[in-house]
Amino acid sequence: MLSRIGESLFWIGRYLERADDTARLLDVQMQMLVEDPATDEVTSCQQLFAVMGIDDFGGVPNRWSMLDLLAYDQKSPTSIAAVIGSMREAARSARETLSTDVWSAINTTWQGVPAATSMRPVEMFNWVRRRTAMISGSADDSMPRDQGWYFYVLGRNIERADMTARLLSTAASAGGSGSGVAWQNTLRACGGYESFLRTYRGIERDSAAAEYLLLDRWFPRSLVSSLTEAERALTRLDVAGRRAGFSDEALRLLGRARTEIEYRPLNELLETMPFEMERLQRACAAASDAITARYFAQEDWHMWTGRVSL
Amino acid sequence: MTQAQLFEGYGPVKGYDEMYGESGLRDLYTSVHAAFGQMPPEEVRQRAEGLASSYLEQGITFGVAGEERPFPLDIVPRIIEADAWDEVEAGVKQRVKALEAFLADAYGAGELFRDGVVPRATVVTSSHYHRVVAGIDPANGVRIHVSGIDLIRDGDGDFRVLEDNARVPSGVSYVMTNRRAMSSGLPEVFAHHRIRPVARYSRQLLSALRAAAPAGVSDPTVVVLTPGVYNSAYFEHTLLARTMGVELVEGRDLVCHGGRVMMRTTDGLAPVHVIYRRIDDEFLDPLAFRADSALGVPGLVNAARAGNVTIANAIGNGVADDKLLYTYVPDLIRYYLREEPILRNVDTWRCGDADQREEVLDRLHELVLKPVDGSGGKGIVIGPSATREELDELRAKVIAAPRDWIAQPVISLSTVPTLVEDGIRPRHVDLRPFAVNDGDDVWVLPGGLTRVALPEGELIVNSSRGGGSKDTWVLARPTEPIEEPDDDLEPLSQSSSQSQTMAPVPAPSREV
Repeated sequence: MLSRIGESLFWIGRYLERADDTARLLDVQMQMLVEDPATDEVTSCQQLFAVMGIDDFGGVPNRWSMLDLLAYDQKSPTSIAAVIGSMREAARSARETLSTDVWSAINTTWQGVPAATSMRPVEMFNWVRRRTAMISGSADDSMPRDQGWYFYVLGRNIERADMTARLLSTAASAGGSGSGVAWQNTLRACGGYESFLRTYRGIERDSAAAEYLLLDRWFPRSLVSSLTEAERALTRLDVAGRRAGFSDEALRLLGRARTEIEYRPLNELLETMPFEMERLQRACAAASDAITARYFAQEDWHMWTGRVSL
Repeated sequence: MTQAQLFEGYGPVKGYDEMYGESGLRDLYTSVHAAFGQMPPEEVRQRAEGLASSYLEQGITFGVAGEERPFPLDIVPRIIEADAWDEVEAGVKQRVKALEAFLADAYGAGELFRDGVVPRATVVTSSHYHRVVAGIDPANGVRIHVSGIDLIRDGDGDFRVLEDNARVPSGVSYVMTNRRAMSSGLPEVFAHHRIRPVARYSRQLLSALRAAAPAGVSDPTVVVLTPGVYNSAYFEHTLLARTMGVELVEGRDLVCHGGRVMMRTTDGLAPVHVIYRRIDDEFLDPLAFRADSALGVPGLVNAARAGNVTIANAIGNGVADDKLLYTYVPDLIRYYLREEPILRNVDTWRCGDADQREEVLDRLHELVLKPVDGSGGKGIVIGPSATREELDELRAKVIAAPRDWIAQPVISLSTVPTLVEDGIRPRHVDLRPFAVNDGDDVWVLPGGLTRVALPEGELIVNSSRGGGSKDTWVLARPTEPIEEPDDDLEPLSQSSSQSQTMAPVPAPSREV
């Protein structure tokens, strides 16, 4: 497979997941602002901006600027509208390798952006989630499981781990009386609230919710699941196979990040949640760089602007 | 509303109309005429909109000034009967063969110059003449793997050649998608005709490209080279790569090592043997041509010289479709093939010739002047509709550089029924049949791209000047088998409104 095409597929995966997860994240945030009058709008939006890596914002952080920066404004690179545009660009340059189903799902989504940006926030988030589900469903159904597929899966899962880490940071930083609501909303946003209730027999504790989102091996949006999927995709891509250790830098980075979470006592994790989550995001970014260096090499025009800088 | 309203005000038509002759409706169009007559006008419009929205959804677009636009597809098909097509097919084949012989000669022995068929100066002064490829012998002798010979029908309905395209003719993707869209948008009309299929094009092209592989390569790797997503024909590049099942590469995906061309893959470098390039000569190789080209691949020409890679179409083909050389093509056909031209040229004056220039300058206001190396309607001045200032400016240009201009009389292009604002009206069309040369034979795609000028009276039919296209149906003879129906392209999605109002679909007739 052409390196350029591999890279496009990897980024289609990332953009797709980012659009979906940003919509989920904003949904949680909006609900928190609406449902909990004790929430300080400016502080909580500021926290969200920090989590999303927006640190040079000049205006007042409130729900309106948040919606602009992260959802509506095509000029803001972190917005859903811009991410969908980038996804479509990536798809266009890999047009001949995508199935027509996937391409037209992506293209139609992009064409719907102008209409979507005039919807009410909740409607728009729903629309984004429906459209991304449609794209990932078409991909699931029609993409052959060749290298390209694994690049796509890899992109999705790295992005998913990264975004779940951001969601967890947001929930953990809610603190105080609002924390119960925050965890519940986060679970809802991930589509895992019901399954969480079934798993924990209706016991809602913050620590249980965190455990579910961090460590559950069966829940596909948990950090451990996403990282495991990403590692599996990397293993499939490494055609040479391996006998000892990990020659692939990305695999080493992701594996280490996963075990850091998996083998650490939950309490310890919860105490230093924002720090741990930031470390995880850095690992995802480094892994993405390592994949680029190994498989795509010649490119540098895809760049996140929302990356955690430390 | 009734049939009368859609066709009301259609005629009489000045010039040759393909639907109405002097004695009324031609047999060829009775079924189409009746079908549109039976359909309520709102339904016709609705289906036309369905076609447009399905194109937009699929991203079937071309780029104009950085903006993606759908290429409007008219809902009324253009029909050509088998007999007329025989002439087109034979004429196109003949022309391609003569141009191949000319290119081999012009970049090789140069016998035609010695025999005085074409002055050497005419060829070597062309801006498309590239000395760098002189002496490169293509692996299977083919230089014009794909050509598009632009035809028009004159006042008598005779096909004439307007220009040759031997470099990178585009538009074939619309032929394929138009057919697909029409079969789902107008199924009942479609089923009433026995239409020669067009979907074979990709297979034909791929086998011609494979046949052109360098000597000794038994299983060649073919790629399509595109300038990238911002090119106006990017959609076509993706469609061709997809339907041939080959990689679509950009210049940056390729690299030359020791006279061989490789592509960068996720598993390292992989060899490439045949490049169907959709990039102009000047941008192909910064070492041989424009040093500032970021689209090309440094070292490509060397690799082709070394015989390790085939570039299709060959570099330097531009001398064959230069508009000045066009005036010599009938002579070339007689010289190389010892045949009379089957398709006539449009009468043309060469401004480089002193006597002819005199006449042209006297009659500037009634002629069409064309720059010899222009394409896409660029720089064309139509005398009767030009202002005095424009004519004076033109006169100065012609006197300054006579070699750069040819003149032709204003030809009344034939008209075909087309859906416009007021109903179905006659609009001017041309036709670009596509021919694929695999070295053994020249295969002509039955149909080709019909471009229609949507504004009334407009004579330049070009996508960059508000043109649309039509599905072109070449009818099969009653006894002729239609071996491959057009079903190996992916289906075009239909809008729901369209399928709700659609009449029950009769099974396509496929009697053999």
